[in-house]
Amino acid sequence: MSPTWLYLSLVVGSTVVSDLLQAREMKDHGELHDFRPNAVARTLSALSRRRYLVLSILFMALSFFAFLKLLAVADLSFAVPATAASYVIETVLARLILKEHIGPRRIAGTLLVAGGVALLAA
Amino acid sequence: MVARTMSAKTPAMVAVVVLSNVLGNFFMGWGVKHQTPSSGWFAPILTLFDPWVATGVALLILWMLSRMALLSWADLTYVLPVTSIGYVLNALLGRFFLDEQISAQRWAGTLLIVAGTTLVSLGSPSSAAKAGP
Repeated sequence: MSPTWLYLSLVVGSTVVSDLLQAREMKDHGELHDFRPNAVARTLSALSRRRYLVLSILFMALSFFAFLKLLAVADLSFAVPATAASYVIETVLARLILKEHIGPRRIAGTLLVAGGVALLAA
Repeated sequence: MVARTMSAKTPAMVAVVVLSNVLGNFFMGWGVKHQTPSSGWFAPILTLFDPWVATGVALLILWMLSRMALLSWADLTYVLPVTSIGYVLNALLGRFFLDEQISAQRWAGTLLIVAGTTLVSLGSPSSAAKAGP
């Protein structure tokens, strides 16, 4: 496997895990309304005690360093869109694990994005 | 009133998520491509001290926090395609500032992503709100 595809696989895999954990934890925490500095600090303090959210940030860090390596061996205009390969995997898992309702419009839109990614990565 | 606040909050937060991500990626890409290559396991850590990469990292921290806020009320399956408009902006920055060659095929892929983003953004950000009490 070439370095490009190795780093790309690492970015996609860790992004999927990170996004699913983060979406679950943030929904569980509830909608954020107050964006004043004190309220943001209180929210960050509360969020830092959620272990799955902390785990999601660790996976995000792994994705970040893999992405940094990917940028060193591939074009920005290839690297960024190619990582969107995670969309299809995440959409399926969001339906199965997070129980999100995915209507025809979202399915069509996500398929268009996935098609675009395939063209960019080919 | 609540619906009006929600409708303004979502596009505003999407804009922050997209711009911080696009500019963060661009500054990181610029920094990585313009620094002296180093080897070893500590190389990625040293990379972070480059001013361009550090600026990119700061913007990506803003991206992470704003995206977490957006995910507190919007579905993951809404956030992913809607924020993918950033791919188009990244392609444009790569083309005009990093002198990257973008083939007709890559532009076609970019246009498909724009179409998908537009389609999803026309719907509600949360399936729970739609199906709620």
